[in-house]
Amino acid sequence: MLVSFFLTLRKYGLKSSITELLDLLKALQHQLIFASLDDFYLLSRLCLVKDESQYDKFDRAFADYFDGIESLDLAALIPDHWLLPGLIRQLSDEDKAKLASLGGLEQLLEQFKQRLKEQQEKHAGGNKWIGTGGSSPFGAYGYHPEGIRVGQQGSGQRRAVKVWDKRDFKDFDQNAELNHRAMQLALRQLRRFARTGQATELDLTGTIKATAQQAGWLDLKFQSERHNAVKVLMFFDIGGSMDDYIHECEQLFAAARTEFKHLEFFYFHNCPYEQVWRTHQRRAADAVPVTQLLQTYHSDYKVIFVGDATMGPYEITYPGGSVEHFNPESGEVWLKRLLAHFPQAVWLNPQPQAWWGHYHSIAILQKLMHNQMYGMTLEGLSSAIRHLSKRH
Amino acid sequence: MIFQSTEHYIASPELALAVNAAVTLEKPLLIKGEPGTGKTRLAEELAASLGTELINWQIKSTSKAQQGLYEYDAVSRLRDGQLGSERVGDINNYIKPGKLWTAFTAAKRPVLLIDEIDKADIEFPNDLLHELDRMSFDVYETGQRITAIQRPIVVITSNNERELPDAFLRRCFFHYIRFPDKDTLTQIVLAHYPTLQADLLTAALELFFDLRAVDALKKKPSTSELLDWLKLLVAEQISPAVLRDKQHQGGLMPLYGALLKNEQDLALLEKLAFMARRAGR
Repeated sequence: MLVSFFLTLRKYGLKSSITELLDLLKALQHQLIFASLDDFYLLSRLCLVKDESQYDKFDRAFADYFDGIESLDLAALIPDHWLLPGLIRQLSDEDKAKLASLGGLEQLLEQFKQRLKEQQEKHAGGNKWIGTGGSSPFGAYGYHPEGIRVGQQGSGQRRAVKVWDKRDFKDFDQNAELNHRAMQLALRQLRRFARTGQATELDLTGTIKATAQQAGWLDLKFQSERHNAVKVLMFFDIGGSMDDYIHECEQLFAAARTEFKHLEFFYFHNCPYEQVWRTHQRRAADAVPVTQLLQTYHSDYKVIFVGDATMGPYEITYPGGSVEHFNPESGEVWLKRLLAHFPQAVWLNPQPQAWWGHYHSIAILQKLMHNQMYGMTLEGLSSAIRHLSKRH
Repeated sequence: MIFQSTEHYIASPELALAVNAAVTLEKPLLIKGEPGTGKTRLAEELAASLGTELINWQIKSTSKAQQGLYEYDAVSRLRDGQLGSERVGDINNYIKPGKLWTAFTAAKRPVLLIDEIDKADIEFPNDLLHELDRMSFDVYETGQRITAIQRPIVVITSNNERELPDAFLRRCFFHYIRFPDKDTLTQIVLAHYPTLQADLLTAALELFFDLRAVDALKKKPSTSELLDWLKLLVAEQISPAVLRDKQHQGGLMPLYGALLKNEQDLALLEKLAFMARRAGR
C-alpha cells in the first residue's frame, strides 16, 4: 500500500498528506503507468510533491527507498528462464559462437549474479566488477565481446542514469544561493497595500450609501487605487571583505529596486558610524549624517542592513575604532540609535551561516540586532522579510 | 494515451503523463516553469487535441474569485431602475456568468485554463477551493445552484510570484516544466519551422545555449524568445557564418533585441566579448 514509501518521504521532510497518497493509489488503480519504476517516479512526484523546491528532497527519499528494493530484485528475484529467451534473441550467430569462450550463457548469468552479490558499491573502470567503462563482462559503455550490458539501453528518458540519482533539482532547494528572480519574489512578500493617490476607482459601498442618503438618486463615489505602500531603507556594506559578495549584493539591489516604490539606499563601510553615503564611491560630497537620516525618514520605514559583519570587534564597540577615520562615538552607539528610531530592522549577512561562529564581531552585531541577522539564502531572506512584515 | 506531442507542440513524456493523470482522475493540474516554456500553450494544445473548447481565464492582480463564478451588476440595475427600464424586473438580466460557470455548463467537457494564478490576491486560490473540489456553487441573488454537467479539465499556470496555500496545492497535481535540453529544443524548433536549414539551426542553438550559460544575465532567454529570434534570422536571411563569428558587432549576436530584453544584459555581453577578444590576442 506504499505506506512505508510514504513514511520515507515524510522522514525526508516532505509535507505530503494522506489525501495525496490516496490520489496516487487511485492513479495506480487507473493503470496510468505499467510496471516501470521510472514512470512510478514521475507519477508519485506528480501526486505527492507540490513545489519544485521540494523535488530534490523527493529525489533523495526516492533513491533511499528504492535502491534497497532494486538490488534485491536483480540479485535474487529474477529466475534465469525469464532473462534467457529475451537475451538470446538479441544475439547474432557470431555472438553465440563467441559465448563459448566464457562457457555459455548460463554460466555467464550465474557469474553475473555472483558478482552482483559480492559487489557492494558503485564501480567504474577495472576488469572484474560490474560498472561502467571497464573491460569486465558486466557493465555498460565498456568493451568485452561477451559482456552483459547493464542499463545501457538509454532512451529519450535516459534510463541508463536513474533520473532521481541525477538530482537535477538541487538548485531549487530552499537553501540554495539566491538568484535575481528568487530575490524579487521574496521581497515581494513585504508588500503592504494602501489606498493613496488620485480617486479613479468606483467605490461601490460608498456609492450605495450616498445614493440611499439622496433618497435613491444615483450619487457616484470614487476612491483611489490600492498601491504597495511599504517604505524601505537599505544600508549596504561596501569595500574590503564585501568584495567577495558583490555579485549577490548587486542582485539584491536590482531586485529591491524593481519591487519597492519608496526605497532609499545608503552605503557604509564595515559598521555604520555618524555618517553614511549615497553612492558606493563614498565621496565626501555624498555623505549624509545619520542624525539627518533620523529626522528625514519616519520610523515606519523598514530597514535592511546588508553586510558580512566581519571586522575587528573594536570597530563596533570602541570610539575611534573605525579603520577609516576617527569616530568620536562607537559604531555600537550609532547602530543602537538607528534601531531605536527604526524598530523594524533586519541584517542580511552574505557570509555562509556555518562560518558565523568563527567571528566575534558577528556575535556582537547579532546581539545588537536582537538576533535579527539572517543568511543571504532564499530561506534567510524569506524569514527576514517575514519578520519585517509583522505588524508592530 | 489521451495527450501526446502534437505537430506543433513537443511534450516531454513526464508532461504527457501529468496531463493524462489529471484528465483521468479529474483533478486540476498546476503547471509551473520558467517564463516562455509553453505553460499556456499546453492548455491550448490540449484543447485542440481533444477537439474541445478552451475557456481562458486570465488572472490579474485585481481578479477576484467571484468574477469567475458570476457578477451581479448592481449599478446598471440601479440606473435602469431610475430610468424606468422594463429589464429591471428580472434579476437574471443583471447576472453575468463567469468563466467557471461557462465551463460548468458547456455541452462538451471543456479545458478551463486559469492562467497565472499567482498574479492574484493572496486569498484568491482559497476562495476557489470549494468550487474546484465540488464543481458547484450557489448564486445567492437568485438562489440557483450551478453544478458542473461534467467536470472540466482544469489547467492552472503559475509563475511562482507567490506561494500558493497548502490546502489548494493538495487538491491539484503539480508539474514543473523544465527548460528543454538541446535535443528537445531542436524538436520544438523543427515543429515550428520545419524548413529551417540544419546548419543555421545548429549555429543558432549553440549561440543560444552559450548565452543561457552566462550566469549573471538578469533575464535568460527562453524558448519563445528563441523562436522569435529564429524567425527574424530567417526573415533577414542571416547566414550561419555570421552567427559563428563571435566578434560580430562587438560581440553581440545579430538581432540580439529578440533575445535580450535588458540594457544591462547587453552591456554585460559586450564586456564579456571584449575580454574574450583581448584574451585571444
